[in-house]
Amino acid sequence: MNSFTFVRQLAWRESRAAGRRLLLLTTAISIGVGALVAIESFTDNLTVALEGQSRALLGGDLALSTRTEPTPGFRLVLDSLTRAAGADPATDLAEVTSFAGMAYVPRTAGTRLVRVSALQGDYPFYGKVITDPEGAWGRLAEGRVTLVDPAFLTSLGAAVGDTMALGESRFVIAGTVASFPGDVGVRAAFGPRVFIPARYLEETGLLGFGSRAEYDWFLRVPASLDTKPFADTWRPSVGAQQGRLKTAVEEEEDLRQFLDQLGRYLGLVALIALLLGGIGVGSAVQVFIKRKRDTIAVLRCLGATSGQVFAAYLLQAAAMGFLGSLAGVFLGLLLQLAMPRVFGAFLPLDVSVEPSIQAILTGLGVGVWVALVFALLPLLAVRRVPPLAVLRRDVEEGARRRADGWIWAARLVLALSVVGMAMLQVGDALKGLAFSAGVGAALLVLWLAALGLIRSLRRWFPHRLPYVLRQGLANLYRPANQTVAVVLALGFGAFLLGALAVMQHNLLRQLQLDGGLGRPNLVFFDIQPDQKDDVLAEIRTAGLEAQPAVPIVPMRLAAINGIRVKEMLADTMKRPVRDGERVEGWALRREYRSTYRDTSVGSEKLVVGDWWRAGAGGAPGPAPLSLEVGIASDLAVTIRDTLTWDIQGVEIASVVANLREVYWAWFEPNFFAVVPEGPLADAPQSFVVLTRVDDAAVMGSLQRAIVERHPNVTSIDLTSIQQSVEKIVASVALAIRFMAFFSLATGVVVLIGALATSRYQRVREAALLKTLGATRRQVVRIMVTEYAALGVLAAIVATGLASLGGWALMKYTFEVPFTVPWLGFGILALVLVALPVTTGLWTSLDLFRRSPLAVLREE
Amino acid sequence: MIRVEALSKEYLSGGRPLAVLKDITLEIPTGELAAIVGPSGSGKTTLLGLLAGLDRPTRGRVIVDGTDLTTLSEDGLAAFRAERVGFVFQSFHLIPTLTARENVEVPLELRGEEAGSRADELLARVGLQGREHHYPAQLSGGEQQRVALARAFSNRPRILFADEPTGNLDQATGQRVVEILLELNRELGTTTVLVTHDLELARLTRRIIRLADGAVVGDTLAGAAAG
Repeated sequence: MNSFTFVRQLAWRESRAAGRRLLLLTTAISIGVGALVAIESFTDNLTVALEGQSRALLGGDLALSTRTEPTPGFRLVLDSLTRAAGADPATDLAEVTSFAGMAYVPRTAGTRLVRVSALQGDYPFYGKVITDPEGAWGRLAEGRVTLVDPAFLTSLGAAVGDTMALGESRFVIAGTVASFPGDVGVRAAFGPRVFIPARYLEETGLLGFGSRAEYDWFLRVPASLDTKPFADTWRPSVGAQQGRLKTAVEEEEDLRQFLDQLGRYLGLVALIALLLGGIGVGSAVQVFIKRKRDTIAVLRCLGATSGQVFAAYLLQAAAMGFLGSLAGVFLGLLLQLAMPRVFGAFLPLDVSVEPSIQAILTGLGVGVWVALVFALLPLLAVRRVPPLAVLRRDVEEGARRRADGWIWAARLVLALSVVGMAMLQVGDALKGLAFSAGVGAALLVLWLAALGLIRSLRRWFPHRLPYVLRQGLANLYRPANQTVAVVLALGFGAFLLGALAVMQHNLLRQLQLDGGLGRPNLVFFDIQPDQKDDVLAEIRTAGLEAQPAVPIVPMRLAAINGIRVKEMLADTMKRPVRDGERVEGWALRREYRSTYRDTSVGSEKLVVGDWWRAGAGGAPGPAPLSLEVGIASDLAVTIRDTLTWDIQGVEIASVVANLREVYWAWFEPNFFAVVPEGPLADAPQSFVVLTRVDDAAVMGSLQRAIVERHPNVTSIDLTSIQQSVEKIVASVALAIRFMAFFSLATGVVVLIGALATSRYQRVREAALLKTLGATRRQVVRIMVTEYAALGVLAAIVATGLASLGGWALMKYTFEVPFTVPWLGFGILALVLVALPVTTGLWTSLDLFRRSPLAVLREE
Repeated sequence: MIRVEALSKEYLSGGRPLAVLKDITLEIPTGELAAIVGPSGSGKTTLLGLLAGLDRPTRGRVIVDGTDLTTLSEDGLAAFRAERVGFVFQSFHLIPTLTARENVEVPLELRGEEAGSRADELLARVGLQGREHHYPAQLSGGEQQRVALARAFSNRPRILFADEPTGNLDQATGQRVVEILLELNRELGTTTVLVTHDLELARLTRRIIRLADGAVVGDTLAGAAAG
């Protein structure tokens, strides 16, 4: 038998009994590994699903789009491009016009804001539209029929066969669309989709002046055409016509990149859970080695070298790590089944769940490695157990107590492993480092807090407290205490959940549209000038107050400081410079839906310059202009710069008079550009009218009345939009909470492990106390004091960290005011206190079952 | 042969050096059965620890069979113990997670030897056949000490150190353990050094070394060998 055989055999024999305790701790690794395997497998599945679906995702090989009505120039480019691609305009080109509109079902008298898609041609060229009844998609070509999302029928109480009014036109509902290639579930929250044949689009009268629509063309090209270089050649011409060109390959690349990012960031959460598990393993090994001191000393006495003993325990840790990781793999494969449910709403793909070998191997490898590197530091203490400890329990470890080269090496391996894993996960060295630093900082704060508690208790021990409280608190700093491990384990998961609570609370508060503040909750838009008075009258007839109609004038930039936008688009060097970079094309190209007024409104705040006096628009010379700060920065302009606008062919010069900050989260008509009343009074425009309706029945009848009289006018019930937003936020929150859960679950396992590891000592101590006359009640109160103190500390630090992180995010990223989510924090704190108390009492149940004598006899 | 030259050991106590052993010189020839006796705190256990290479002296040398233990590294001392030394302790110090047989096998396995039959043989020798697969917790104190004896002799040590081997046992059980110890000493010719404050037990040995306050105050031949 050689040395390795001895090590192996010792590791195996030792693990039979002691290993069970370690095994509990390796389950801490399991959860992290589970999360990792689930996420890696899921992203693998997504990548596989993406393979070959790219054309179906786009609906064609090439797609052109524009947000303004296509000009003859655009049509010309489209025509040339189609021919150049070798596609037949009659069969290989499809046109889809999408816009928001009000649909009305006369039978049920229900109205609903819908996303209309008017189709012409054989769209989609790839992928399969699944309808109910089957094959209904083909009926779109037959006549005045429509296919709708199932949600449309449900919300209006309508059925297949009913008539749906859309603008001035009527359609028979021929079926529902169960699945459309490339559609993202979460989009449905903004209104159900309604498909109509494009030849009736004109008839609806919905695309009047000022209404917004998206125009898309899809092309099917011969397989021989390499779309990417083709698209690159044509992009400048399409861009010059305010259009965009996209290929299926690019679409796939974008999506692949998105999935890759998603996988990486979700993987980070798994990594956090893994690292917490690692801390759990480390603390367990530390206590384990302390308790193995006698055995180690005996082995050393019998001639085992410290290297052999160290190797035996390291092997044990590796084996436990492997078992824990194996359990994690199974957990991960189970979790994987839940992934499509949690993330499906954000993905345009149907995913089939299949285990990925690569994910499994990664999980196993990373799990064992984490267990090893975290076990390494406490295991090095094995070398310091002198054989003399057999004769003298109190023997000191002497000169080797100071950190030696091995300990520094182990610390280095640990740090490099964490940073390395983060870097690999994020795929970016700097971000990986930043992530490690962030996690390290949070852990450091938790660790310092726990250490601070221990030190302060020792220093300023509250001697006047009743005995049971004193005993409970003293337990927090006695030898082999688990204070640091428990605070770290619980605190980190709680910090993540707390930060989530802060974000959800503060962001949702911003989106409170219907907070009873009397703010408008019903918006009518696309109102034509001749309809304005009638709409206002309708509102007043319903007994409601209407705010003044807000005019909307679509404008485009013609020149900045005398340089023509066309020249800037053609030659980047002519564009203004912003932060060392040239202004981007989209800001120059886009349509600015602007308004005119002489006063500032509640949802904006002046930051630079002054508002003009009423009547300033009548003065000769360029009109004063108010710009939103963000767009001013995008255009690299500031006050006193000159902007020339093109309004349906007429040019108007303006000078930036002030810059505004706009609270876009307020659902009110907000604008990038505002000019004084006067110059635009006769420009082509539409109007928006807002009102507040508190009665749902009045809301319904008013919407219906206006749709019937003015079918082109679209109305949005902000209350339902608010619900949609909340639904989206809720599904995002679910996804995040699902991930944060791993950290908390790992925290709980580490907690159970930490308390179970020190259980032996607690039970013995309690037995002694009982022997000395303590009642069961007193013993329980001592334990509750200790565990509750741990929970309170974890809660204070975690919520403090979450508030700090949340405050910084709100202030610097979201730029919204910050408040503390007291209710969320209260619940979190209760859970944090309840967890260690119940776990602690549960792991000490033995004590209440057995007599103190029985416990002491085991000594 | 064990030779001790001018051996001193000091510990730091309250920041000041405390001399536990003072300038001890003695020789224990091969095959000797010696007892080190003395009151509590006289330095018996410290001396045993130094003789067995479990600790390092402050001054002086311990030479075993020509090897100066003070010159060996930690691993060198471990190898020395694995090769030549057996131990019996007052509180048995069996490894609780190993069975009786596995406990006996450890020293042999450390030397890289096949251990099974030797362990069974030794366990039978100390009267524990049939108990090979019991864990320490399932054995009585006397039985545990007998397993410890079997373990101590498993690697055919040239020297056996026993620290109060009967200290935790009742008289009859202690007696039985001592008998086995003496038999094995005779049969195998192992140099045996016993630390005890049980004079009855000491009298069973050939030589009694008395310690008091860290110094040798008496070294007499007596007991078993004489009888």
